[in-house]
Parts: sequence; C-alpha cells; structure tokens
Amino acid sequence: MSVTRVYIPRETTSISVGADEVALALAREAKQSGAAIQLVRNGSWGACWLEPLVEVEVDGVRIAYSNVEADDVPGLFAAGLLEGGDHAKRLGPVSEVPYLISQDRWTFWRCGLTEALSLDDFLLHQGFKALQKAWDMGADAVIDAVTASGLRGRGGAGFPAGIKWRTVADAEGEQKYIACNADEGDSGTFSDRMLMEGDPFGLLEALAIAGFAVGANKGYIYLRSEYPLTNSILSRAIDTARDAGWLGADIQGSGFDFDIELHLGAGSYVCGEETAMLESLEGKKGIVRYKPPLPAHEGLFGKPTVVNNVVTLASVPNIINLGGERYAGMGVNRSKGTLAFQLAGNIKRGGLVEKSFGISVRELIEEYGGGTASGRPVKAVQVGGPLGAYLPESQLDIPLDYEAFGEIGAMIGHGGIVVFDDTADMAQQARFAMEFCAIESCGKCTPCRIGSTRGVEVIDRMIKGEKRDENYDLLVELCDTMENASLCAMGGMTPYPVRSVLKHFADDFASGPEK
Amino acid sequence: MTDQTTESISNIVQRFDAKPEMLVQILQAIVQAHGWISEDTKRQLASDLNLSRADVHGVVEYYHDFRTEPPERHIVKICQAEACQAMGSRELTQHATAAVAGDTTVEPVYCLGNCACAPAVMVNGKTIGRVDSSRFDALVAELREIV
Repeated sequence: MSVTRVYIPRETTSISVGADEVALALAREAKQSGAAIQLVRNGSWGACWLEPLVEVEVDGVRIAYSNVEADDVPGLFAAGLLEGGDHAKRLGPVSEVPYLISQDRWTFWRCGLTEALSLDDFLLHQGFKALQKAWDMGADAVIDAVTASGLRGRGGAGFPAGIKWRTVADAEGEQKYIACNADEGDSGTFSDRMLMEGDPFGLLEALAIAGFAVGANKGYIYLRSEYPLTNSILSRAIDTARDAGWLGADIQGSGFDFDIELHLGAGSYVCGEETAMLESLEGKKGIVRYKPPLPAHEGLFGKPTVVNNVVTLASVPNIINLGGERYAGMGVNRSKGTLAFQLAGNIKRGGLVEKSFGISVRELIEEYGGGTASGRPVKAVQVGGPLGAYLPESQLDIPLDYEAFGEIGAMIGHGGIVVFDDTADMAQQARFAMEFCAIESCGKCTPCRIGSTRGVEVIDRMIKGEKRDENYDLLVELCDTMENASLCAMGGMTPYPVRSVLKHFADDFASGPEK
Repeated sequence: MTDQTTESISNIVQRFDAKPEMLVQILQAIVQAHGWISEDTKRQLASDLNLSRADVHGVVEYYHDFRTEPPERHIVKICQAEACQAMGSRELTQHATAAVAGDTTVEPVYCLGNCACAPAVMVNGKTIGRVDSSRFDALVAELREIV
C-alpha cells in the first residue's frame, strides 16, 4: 500500500487556530481507517486566512483544504481526502491558489513547500547551494553581488546591506560577528517568524554566507521570547545542521568555520534597535548605544559586526544563486527587489504577501486582503509598526517605495500593514503610540523617556476637550523635540503616528465639547 | 510551575558556563523553569557570575519577562498592540479581566506575531488566534479542567 503525504504546518498562526489538533485527528482517523499516511509538518505558505491549511499529495499534486478543524477530519476522510476528494473545504491544487501564485516569492519560496525541519528536504530544494557557490565565488564577489542586488535592511531602516557587509569586511580585527536581528516586535509583522518556522535552514545558510563574506566565524540570532515555537524549531535546526557538518569547524571540508548561537530576548521592544540588541546579547540591559561608533566598526563585544534582520539575510541565498542583477530587476527606484508585506488587523484575508516594491497599499489590502474583516469601510492603515504613520484613505495609492513613503512622513519599516475600519478612534491610537513609547523606552535619552509620558498627558487633555488649540500646539512642539533630539527611532519616530493622526484624523480629538 | 524536577539555579548557571555575558539567557531560563526571580536568586547570580548585585538587579528590572513575584498557576497574556486593537483587543481585555479565576495572572503583551488572526492571546505559553469573548471563555473553562 502506498503512503500518502499529508501536509499540515507546524507554524505559530496555523497552530494558534488548531493545526496541532487537526494533525492529531488526521493521525487518529488514518489509523482507524487503516490508511497509510505520512504527516509532513511544513511551514505556512503565509495565507493565514486559510489556516489550518491541509494539503494532500495526489499523483505529485498537492491538493489543499482550507480552514480545516479537527471535527472536519472524519468527514474529510469519508469524502476521500486521501484521493483529493471533493468537499466544501477543498480549494484545489495549492499551486493554483491565486493569493499565492501571483506573488514574487524570492525570499519565502521554500516556506510552505518543504518540511521545515527536514535537512534532506532542504538539500533537495537548493539547500546550501548558495553557500557552496559563495565559496567558489570568493568573499569579495559575494559582497559585490549583494551590493549589486540593491538589497536594503528589511528590519526598517533600509540601509544598503552590501555597504554594511563591505564595511565589516574591511574593518580591522581578527574576530568579527554576524548578529541576526530576530526581535520582530512591530505589531502587524510576522515575516521573520514565518521564515524561521518555515525555512529555518535557509536562515542558517544565509548567516553562514554573511560570515564567509565578511570573515566572521560566529553568528548570533537574537530571537524574541514571544516566539516559543520559533525557538524550538530554530534550536532543532541548528543542532541538526551542526550534527550534519553544516555548522561548526571546517564546514563540509571547506576550511570555513562558522557556528551559530541562539539567544532569547526578554520582552523588550527596544531590543529590536540594533545597538540595544547588541547590549542584550552581551547580557546587559537593552539600552541604546550612541552612534558612532557604528556596529560595523565596534559592534558585539566591541568587534566589527554585521547586524541584519532575518528577512534581509534570508534574501541573500537567492541573490547568490540567481545573481544580484536579477534581484535588482524587481522593485522601483532605490527600493529594489521584494518585500514580504504582512496584512494584519482588521482584514479579511490576512497573511504574508511577498511582492516587488512599487505595489500600493490599496492593491495589497483590496486585491489580496479582500477589504476589512468586519466588512466596514477602511478608515486608517498603519504601515511599518508602532512607529509608522496612519495613512488615511487618500494616501493608499502611494507606491510602496522607501523614499516615496519618507516624503509623506511615513515609513515602510518591516512591511507590516495594519488595517482599521471606520469604528477606530484615532485619538486613542495616537495616545497609544505615546503610551507604548513610555512603556518601552530604554530611558537613556530624555525626549523619549519623558516626552512620551508628557505626550500621553497632553493627548488625554485634548481628548477631554481641555484647551484644545493650546494643547495641539504643545503636542506638535513635543513631537518636534522627540523627533529631533531622541537617540534612536523609538523616541524619534513615535511622533510619526501621532502627527499623522493630527493631520488626517483631527476630528477624532474633537468628539466631546471643548472645556 | 515549580516541582521536584525543576532544574536548579546552579545547574542553569553551569549550563551557561557561568559566563556573565549570558546573564539575560540565564535569567530567561530561570523564569521558564521557576516562573520568577527571587531576591535570593539575584544574590546567587551576582556571586556565581562575579557581577555586582546592582548589575543583576538592573537587568532583572529592565526586562518585562523577568517577573520578581511568583505568578498565579496560569498565565494569560493578551496582545495589546495595534493589529489586535483593530480587532477588539481592548474589549477582549476588559472581558478577560472579569472572566478569569483567581488562579490566573492576566497581563499585557505587545505583539505575539499572530497579527493576521487577531486578537491573539497566549495561554501558558501557547499562542491562540481569533479569540473573541466566547472563545476566551472556552479557554478559561479548559484551564479549570486541568487538575
């Protein structure tokens, strides 16, 4: 009897809506009906709205069933699940799902496709090919390829990765480090997590390539503690890779040494800021450092360090495999390549959509997202996490391009897109921006530490209707101070969402009578 | 949380080779095993890692994860960040605070990375998505069944 492969993600979102229970039910039902199945725990394709998404391989085609609940499983078996039988939840071949096939999957191409923790499956799907190619090309050519790709930091700052790598490669010193920022704290973002859970070996390969390029023999991954499943998947992947000789001394006899240490954060948002992250990696309070010196010159333990976000690094293997020019051929202007946008909040079809830069927020939320989950009109869209501006309806057609967003006082950040419907109270959202800054400020600089607390107070007075004009001016002045005088983006960009609310949703401050 | 099989503080310190630069990792491991950081633990860490008590205290106080009081038997974290706000987390939080029993600690968390299936909560370390008040009540009922 042949064994049927049945895919069900081992991924936080899918499990958060029942994937583990479905996996158990599938195993139980198969046993009872005497069917031979092999459960494959893949990553998520990123269509979160379809989770749990079960796929059954029939004659080499993966037939998808969406939103499967454990209670559905007996009925699915009765309907001939293992032969791809018809059922209300049958979507058809996963390779024909429009949400997925219309994407530009450069970085996330293995996510969903492969069994996340199978090194064999990874090797079957180009795994470590880019690292081996990098060895053949030599370190300089690797950095040149990354520079030619135009890849910029996907954590939010958008700094060109090739320049950073070159700086570290050229820096003096024997000991250098790669520090992968996996402290994905922005609300509305989950692309780092999906990559790490769905293609953990891909990230390890990317770190090794970076290490080879700049002359580092050690990499750190700083993972936020809010991602326990990611922690367990990455830990297992690191052990597996090390046991198979893909990490450690003299990798595959190449003479290249590289190992990776996984560190957990401890619930501090500001540790996503690169220098605070380095402090935390050194076991200290996550307090922001002055720059200069840049981490590329004096980073972790004072040594030259490449600090890159998960998605930045994970974009590199294909740049090596397919060429930097190919990547640079996607996108617009100085925003080259793709970004894994994340549709979140009040959205009907939330999930991860990797597309070339230049697409508009409206296209993403209408064509992919299908509008709001509530069915009500969109009021505001926050792009780029808690430090990103709230865009009104009139700004949704601006192409997603780092510079175009900068011009309107907004930012793309890590690509999170959070949709609010017309019931949202934007004055409360402005207040929350300040409140969040007050909670998470590292406390080193005054504009951020004190300014955020004063910001909450001023906004509270405005909401209550006390001297609105006077408090409005005060809030604008406070935003100026925070923006110009804070040490890092936490205090420096908290004014973005606040100002955008003042500019586009001022009516929300004036709901009650003036006092 | 604490039982006979819980790894001792000394073991945890040794697992990280008593390196002071591993302090955050050591504290994280202690919280995961014991639930919280006591004054005695801080004193022991300062001595074992050759750090000042002020250093250890500062790090413990800095991070949200490092609680300094024992939590209740169950820990429910409710995401308070924007994506969940857009799906009613403020209302859910109000409901939850009233709905849980005395053996449950309810606390805020700022993003569980489950933003496409909001609102999200974490119950005893497990992330759960698409949680409305009736789903929350069902989760609480499940907790009460755990003996």
